[in-house]
Amino acid sequence: MRLFKKYLKEILLVVGALVFLSPVYIMLVNSFKSRSELYENVLALPETLTFEHYIRAMDRMNFGLAFFNSLVITIISVVIIVILSSMTAWMLVRRDNTLSRILFMTFIATMLIPFQTIMMPLIQFMDQIMSTTGLPMLNTRSGLIFMHVGFNASLAVFLYHGFIKSIPVSLEESAEIDGANKFTVFWKIIFPILKPITVTVIILNVIQIWNDYLLPSLVLTDQSLRTIPLATFYFFGEFTIQWNQAMAGLVLTIIPVVIFYAFAQKHIIKGIGEGAVK
Amino acid sequence: MSKHRNKLWYLLFVLPLFIIFATVVLIPFFIGIFYSFFEWDGFSANPMVYVGLDNYIELIDDGRFVNSAWLTLEFTILSLVLVNVLGLGFALLVTSAFKSANFARTMFFMPNLIGGLILGYIWQFIFSDGFRIIGDLTGNEEVFRNWLTDRDLAMYALVIVFSWQMAGYMMIIYIAGIQSIPGEVMEAAEIDGANYWQRLKNIVMPLLMPALTISLFLTLSFSFKIYDVNLSLTAGGPANSTELLAMHIYNEIFGYNNYGYGQAKAIIFFIVIAAITLVQVYMTKKREVEM
Repeated sequence: MRLFKKYLKEILLVVGALVFLSPVYIMLVNSFKSRSELYENVLALPETLTFEHYIRAMDRMNFGLAFFNSLVITIISVVIIVILSSMTAWMLVRRDNTLSRILFMTFIATMLIPFQTIMMPLIQFMDQIMSTTGLPMLNTRSGLIFMHVGFNASLAVFLYHGFIKSIPVSLEESAEIDGANKFTVFWKIIFPILKPITVTVIILNVIQIWNDYLLPSLVLTDQSLRTIPLATFYFFGEFTIQWNQAMAGLVLTIIPVVIFYAFAQKHIIKGIGEGAVK
Repeated sequence: MSKHRNKLWYLLFVLPLFIIFATVVLIPFFIGIFYSFFEWDGFSANPMVYVGLDNYIELIDDGRFVNSAWLTLEFTILSLVLVNVLGLGFALLVTSAFKSANFARTMFFMPNLIGGLILGYIWQFIFSDGFRIIGDLTGNEEVFRNWLTDRDLAMYALVIVFSWQMAGYMMIIYIAGIQSIPGEVMEAAEIDGANYWQRLKNIVMPLLMPALTISLFLTLSFSFKIYDVNLSLTAGGPANSTELLAMHIYNEIFGYNNYGYGQAKAIIFFIVIAAITLVQVYMTKKREVEM
């Protein structure tokens, strides 16, 4: 009887978790159905497996290009964030003077500012920079990357700062006595030690930048530059909704996320926990 | 010489990031405060008229703004309850000695990784045509009808989708809290004959207070700032009944082209968010000292 009860609880938990994910099931099964099949019963399994809607959705969203744009923008932004934030945080910890403290406090304080408060003046300012210096701030991937770096710098500096404080200085000092310059000391000795927190920084930023909709929607106007969230938005806006095709499109957008989750699940859950509690 | 060189290294390490950060965040923030004292439609050819504090005074009597603030408050309170009840429930489940706990945790957290925009679209189908079709099939048309065209139900739909997204996130925080409870304490209570509910009420919950504080405030600030799900699920409709603050500000600025007035609302929005977050930091720090 006890054993039975134990198994019953076990099954209930699994069923509960599956019910929780039932929207994903609904999305999946309906992406294969014909129109009449869908309107007959949204919950039933599809009668045939046709990838027709996927092909149409891919074509209409220009999915290949959107995926490429998202990938390039996310990877380059995250690499720059990791390099510059770790360097900055290290200096701010090791040169503990008034200037460093002011800079650090500035980084932290701005984390309170919601995006909506900055979005309009940001675009105005970028426009001004573009017209006075000719730098391609708006409607380019590089401009968007620049802004992603700026927006995500604070949290990254904060996380690195906390981690670096716990590393003893003695390691670096002996290397400096041996004549190594700051650059070598940082990249050869410090950066490898930062690996655990670097993983966290990467995870948090990949999720944030990959899913971001509002900033890219304000910065990018060219159709050929659209990221996945942007392509999805226009996909839903431009056509009268055919749900089977729409669901196929959504499945496509989720596949990269699921793959990422499958490979980095442990790190993701740890990273989210650390990012939230701090 | 060496001191000079050290300064150079300092600049080399710190300046690149700080310049980017200042260009993207700091300077626009101050420009934003400046804009909020002007009346302007966003076209560079048209003049910006200085109106002092008029924008701020005007928004007190702005029915749409006040309404949006109330809707946001309603949404936040409902979400606060649902997200945390689910998050805590999930955390208690997956930290019990279940074989499938890992599987369940993976599933519960999954929605949080999918972007808000995409989540909103998935549920848009479920709450509109999906529910209608189920209603036709089962005859239960009282519950299963298009929620997104009903003023009250649309708000509940938004709460449900947001909770679906955030519950897994809060679960992670509660799990960390539960795991930090010393095993001996629980064992001792069990030996003394405390049942599951007694242990939950008298040991787990009091020791979970720090995690609860963090989760409550995180939910508070996330739900206050909700935009993506709002946009893709209801787009503020029907008839502005789900136009929450972040969307309201976006529409005021870019929809109605009231750049200065909309920016004043954005500054107020910042003050509210900052106040919430500062109270949270203060309370968390205070508790840490007490512990």
